Amino acid sequence: MAAPPAVPGEGIDDMFDSPAIVAMHAPDGFLEPGVAVVTAVIAVVVTAIGLRRATDELGDRQVPLAGLAAAFIFAAQMFNFPVAAGTTGHLLGGALAAILLGPWVGSLIVTVVVVVQAVLFADGGLTALGYNTINMSIVTAFGGWAAFRLLRRVMPANSAGVVGATALAAGISVVLSSAAFSIEWLFGASAPVAFDTVFGAMVGVHALIGIGEGLISALVIAAVLAARPDLVAGAADLDLADLSRPARVGTRTFVIGAFLSSIVVAAVVSQFAVDNPDGLEKVAEDEGFISSARDHALDSSIFADYATSGVDNATVSLAVAGVAGVLITLAVGYGLLGASRLGRRTQGA
Amino acid sequence: MGGGHGSSVDRLHLAGDTIIHRLAPHVKIVATFAFVISVAISPRQRVEVFAVAFACVLTLIMVARIPLRVWLARCAVILPFMTMAVLVPFVGGGEQTEVLGVSLSTDGLWAAFNIAAKALIGASASIVLAATTPVTGLLEGFARLRVPRVLISIVAFMIRYLDLLVAQLGRMRTAMVARAHDPRWLWQAKPIASSAGALFVRSYERGERVHQAMLARGYTGVMPDLVEQSRPRSDWWAAIVVPAPVVAVLVLGLL
Repeated sequence: MAAPPAVPGEGIDDMFDSPAIVAMHAPDGFLEPGVAVVTAVIAVVVTAIGLRRATDELGDRQVPLAGLAAAFIFAAQMFNFPVAAGTTGHLLGGALAAILLGPWVGSLIVTVVVVVQAVLFADGGLTALGYNTINMSIVTAFGGWAAFRLLRRVMPANSAGVVGATALAAGISVVLSSAAFSIEWLFGASAPVAFDTVFGAMVGVHALIGIGEGLISALVIAAVLAARPDLVAGAADLDLADLSRPARVGTRTFVIGAFLSSIVVAAVVSQFAVDNPDGLEKVAEDEGFISSARDHALDSSIFADYATSGVDNATVSLAVAGVAGVLITLAVGYGLLGASRLGRRTQGA
Repeated sequence: MGGGHGSSVDRLHLAGDTIIHRLAPHVKIVATFAFVISVAISPRQRVEVFAVAFACVLTLIMVARIPLRVWLARCAVILPFMTMAVLVPFVGGGEQTEVLGVSLSTDGLWAAFNIAAKALIGASASIVLAATTPVTGLLEGFARLRVPRVLISIVAFMIRYLDLLVAQLGRMRTAMVARAHDPRWLWQAKPIASSAGALFVRSYERGERVHQAMLARGYTGVMPDLVEQSRPRSDWWAAIVVPAPVVAVLVLGLL
């Protein structure tokens, strides 16, 4: 089979001329060295366990199957999806990989992609590999998988349930990833920007990204379920005959899911915001201290001061949390509207 | 199948015969990591460390004869974070400094410098490594550095089949465009997502076929050793020389 010559300006060649902008591929020095070391150790341990689990699950098929799946995730990140009026976004794929291949193999292959992007394409710093791996593959794969398993319990046990759970779990996985980054920022901030600000901005932006991630992951899973339902690890407990019928994502499924996920997200957001009252002024006072303490980033100065700072600003934090909660709820609702519209279109077809 | 030229990942490597190209890959990997780590741990106020590090990277780029245009184009991956760095002085707290009548956070300015300098130097070091080492060399280097063989085999497979999958992707896109596919909004994404699903099924099935073919050729679950064929040369001096100026300036300042 003679592959046709690649069309200039298409595919991987784009990576040379225009950057493949992937959210959260943090560069070197973006978080303090202490965080880089700790996250690197965690990432190595999880990857080592993941390798062992992949050997158990795939046996001697491990190398070709994991390799091809990693190539798929890499390629899938090059699919440009329309977002709005000419702007495009692309899949991150952690939750999708976990739902297709299970969390261990899923996180392993996304880790492979993240590492190759850093070493070969300079996309993400070499010293940032620890936190980049955690945020982009470990948290998205395991967080997405956990959310998926929980949602499956309240969703119908058919392909619609699997697709619905995928939509919400993939969306949640992106928000979890941004929350993980914010927590790392709490311990190893490299700039005097308060945790609250980072958390609010990251979670807010990623709630929007999550809508796209959820919608697209769900559609991908629906397509795989229609062709090879046996390849979806997240649906392994279901009868293949039920699964091969086209997915009809009912409005009811989405309303239940929307309600649950918005409550979870709101609870998490307000919890963090209340525990760490508004830090803008606080960081201002602490800055001198932080600058002098920069060499030992893990002496948790930032964290300690946040925990003990006054409650005067609690109302501000609550307001921030409230607004964030409302915005995220609205954003999730908007995404579900789009998704249910798609579902209806599928039903009509 | 892959055509006469190497894969597009292979094209990251710019062929050459400079001293940097000739270094043993595992030494180059260690040198790069040592260099980037020493830059990453440098305190932001030590401007002279970053100046020396940047001079080192530029020297490496010159010595390796990497065209400046290629270097700058590949640096574009850090642009999103550069944009973020520019914003920090405006949103950061702490002492304020007047710059051209605008009140900016002093610590924010340092933070912006810190992010920008480390990102630029770190990315440039990775670019030198990838541009002067063929992919097989890098895999061999990581194998020598005791990275598990299975992991390296998975990466090798991923790189080998990436082009094929991207080409498949391109054909799917061409087919869709030929059928007047022009989505502008997220809810029009269904055909693309379905293609992605189809691509996954094809990739997985290709993986199964490749596995069958490997079994037919006597695969026993262990990949043939990549390392044996490599030259037994050690250039460990390079792993010391490359990060040495940065470490020297860094340590001198502490005395």
